[in-house]
Amino acid sequence: MAVFTRPRQALVIASALALTFSATACSSSGSDTNSNADSPECAAYKAYQGSDGEKVSIYASIRDAEADILQDSWSQFEKCTGIEIDYEGSGEFEAQLQVRVDGGDAPDITFIPQPGLLNRFAAAGKLKAASAETKAMAEQNFSPDWLKYSTVGGTFYGAPLGSNVKSFVWYSPKTFKEKGWQVPTTWADLLTLSEKIAASGEKPWCAGIESGDATGWPATDWIEDLMLRTVTPDVYDQWTTHGIPFNDPRVVSALGEAGKILKNPKYVNGGYGDVKSIAATSFQEAGLPILQGKCALHRQASFYANNWPAGTKVAEDGDVYAFYFPAVDPAKGKPVLGGGEFTVAFADRPEVQKVQTYLASPEYANARAKLGNNVSANKGLDVNNVPNPIDKLSVEILQDPNTVFRFDGSDLMPAAVGAGTFWKGMIEWINGKDTAATLDQIESTWPK
Amino acid sequence: MNFDFADEAPKLVMLLYGLVAFVVVVGGLLLLLDVVPNWFARRREARLVAVADAGPPAGAARARRPRRAEGLFGLFFLLPTVLLLLVGLVIPAIRTVVLSFMDGGSDAWVGLRNYGWLFSQDEIVRVLINTLIWVILVPLLATTTGLLYAVMVDKARFEAVAKSLIFLPMAISFVGASIIWRFVYAYRGEGQEQIGLLNQVVVWFGGEPRQWLQEPPLNTLLLIVILIWIQAGFAMVVLSAAIKAIPGDIVEAARLDGVTPWQMFWQVTLPSIRPALIVVVVTISIGTLKVFDIVRTATNGNFDTNVIASEMYNQAFRYGETGQGSALAVFLFVLVIPIVIYQIRNLRKQREV
Repeated sequence: MAVFTRPRQALVIASALALTFSATACSSSGSDTNSNADSPECAAYKAYQGSDGEKVSIYASIRDAEADILQDSWSQFEKCTGIEIDYEGSGEFEAQLQVRVDGGDAPDITFIPQPGLLNRFAAAGKLKAASAETKAMAEQNFSPDWLKYSTVGGTFYGAPLGSNVKSFVWYSPKTFKEKGWQVPTTWADLLTLSEKIAASGEKPWCAGIESGDATGWPATDWIEDLMLRTVTPDVYDQWTTHGIPFNDPRVVSALGEAGKILKNPKYVNGGYGDVKSIAATSFQEAGLPILQGKCALHRQASFYANNWPAGTKVAEDGDVYAFYFPAVDPAKGKPVLGGGEFTVAFADRPEVQKVQTYLASPEYANARAKLGNNVSANKGLDVNNVPNPIDKLSVEILQDPNTVFRFDGSDLMPAAVGAGTFWKGMIEWINGKDTAATLDQIESTWPK
Repeated sequence: MNFDFADEAPKLVMLLYGLVAFVVVVGGLLLLLDVVPNWFARRREARLVAVADAGPPAGAARARRPRRAEGLFGLFFLLPTVLLLLVGLVIPAIRTVVLSFMDGGSDAWVGLRNYGWLFSQDEIVRVLINTLIWVILVPLLATTTGLLYAVMVDKARFEAVAKSLIFLPMAISFVGASIIWRFVYAYRGEGQEQIGLLNQVVVWFGGEPRQWLQEPPLNTLLLIVILIWIQAGFAMVVLSAAIKAIPGDIVEAARLDGVTPWQMFWQVTLPSIRPALIVVVVTISIGTLKVFDIVRTATNGNFDTNVIASEMYNQAFRYGETGQGSALAVFLFVLVIPIVIYQIRNLRKQREV
């Protein structure tokens, strides 16, 4: 709205230039190429050598501290191969990627966390198919469940990078011990436990779905987790691909199950208010009242471990820990909802393919895991390299043969639904709209 | 929070870079806008002096020369603007219109389907209604507030201080302002410590805290308050200047005729500042049509608060429905045109007078 602020325009321009200036100033550092390519620690990187001095640009949504760790994780690769990886993270990644690709400024590699978005770029012919080496590496290290999400029309585009497990309920082992509560193993047990806690006068659950312009996603995870538990994996797949309508009775019943907790004023929202307060509580803050004993349970992914204040002990005998979001019928296997990013490329230069292959390798997964705060579905990942207990538990769940893994449904759907009306529908649902009307509205917006 | 200089050193270095770059750029701009024109002016002066020294003009040809330099100088300033307008405005506008007749992926023609969609989806109709509410209320209330304030503080004691106070919000970015107000409207359950000013006031008076931003249509009005808060200062400054520019003899003559303050306002002040009033209303109207930051920051368009600009961004950039987003953009453009035409005609009329 620069109309009103002429004098400020100069300031804006000046500061934009200042930013560009400082950005170039810091990216032009680090020019030490592979002086030690033949040293023993570089033996593992022999296959990737031969592109000394080439540059590969990576653009993704991972920022700040996480981005620093990411860049650390491939520094050895850079040193040994002489390939320089130029990483850029952005909070507006999803919107900006489209703009950059349309504008002919696509990055070489990008980590796409939504298979729906990956599909769109692949269908538009923008993505390059993965090289034979990358494909072989991916097939060796990831289960077919995972690889199908980055396969479009029979073409494989890239391997998963990081993963997360979403089917977790956070709780306080200390409090559970004090009050004599047991970790539930079935959905019915979980509801009984909730009732028991509510009867003692405490709100059993904490929830929050506010997340800036992505508000609503934590609620979609609830629905997906319950879909996965109340229908077969096949029906779940049909639901995410519009094989069954969004307002199918089975979806209605999954929402009903989730509503037993989320829409029950006796059960939510510990520390924040009534049911409606879920829509306004940020997902980062949502679980924190567990530490003050204002609620007991919080369903959130493994990465929520990073949200606890410094000094909180996250462990089986600590201040907080998480248990597996129980199945309705444990005899039918262990459904797990999760997410992850896929390493896909807009260029097929040899050095780009080398980086893509490397990121699919067990060497990378282990190097990254050692730096902490990371889970990967890579089968070559040694659990002993994962320092933090909740990540360890996640890796174990992912590697468990009983696990029926399904990707986050909203990420599989077209963005107009998966990042649009599904999120918005959940906000309205929490805000009081009834289940049938919510689902009808979402169904009506599925792109034709 | 501990602040350790050693830890923050890289950030401080960046800050230093920023400062240096800022000085360089602003210095460059000043150089361009001040030193260069002055140099041209001095040269022209020197030429004129030279011409004058050469004695009586021998012919028209010699006198024309300085004028050509002036034309070049004009071009020097015009060319970048024209180029930038073309690249940054005209061409994208045409492209947007073209895209609005294509599908989400911009590869097939769909005719008027996107425009049909615009008026058939309940959600989008809600968006259009909200935008209408904004564009009626904001210019009206912001201008009225600014005008009343300007009249009231005119020639009062501490006028400068009073004016700065209401002008201050202008210096805050839209996003910043929205975050501030989001805290004002923040909610915590009954019996808990309220962190939002509004709910705290409600609790003090014995009421129950409410989730202000989740209750349509109240929430749209509360968002509108934010923009009024920002814009009233702008209206006040312009209108106050206009009031001060009313010739003293008119005011004096009215006084001698014995007008009441009420008559003074309606029959002297208001007609005299009419042109300034129109400029303010038009400027705020156009700005309001484009409102985006406030809605996006405060509610992200949820709870029935969405407006055209923010839905346009969602459709085009987040959902990959470029066609529908473009149709919204074109519609917004069409809405702005009459206001702009009115403004231009108004300016012309003034110039003729």
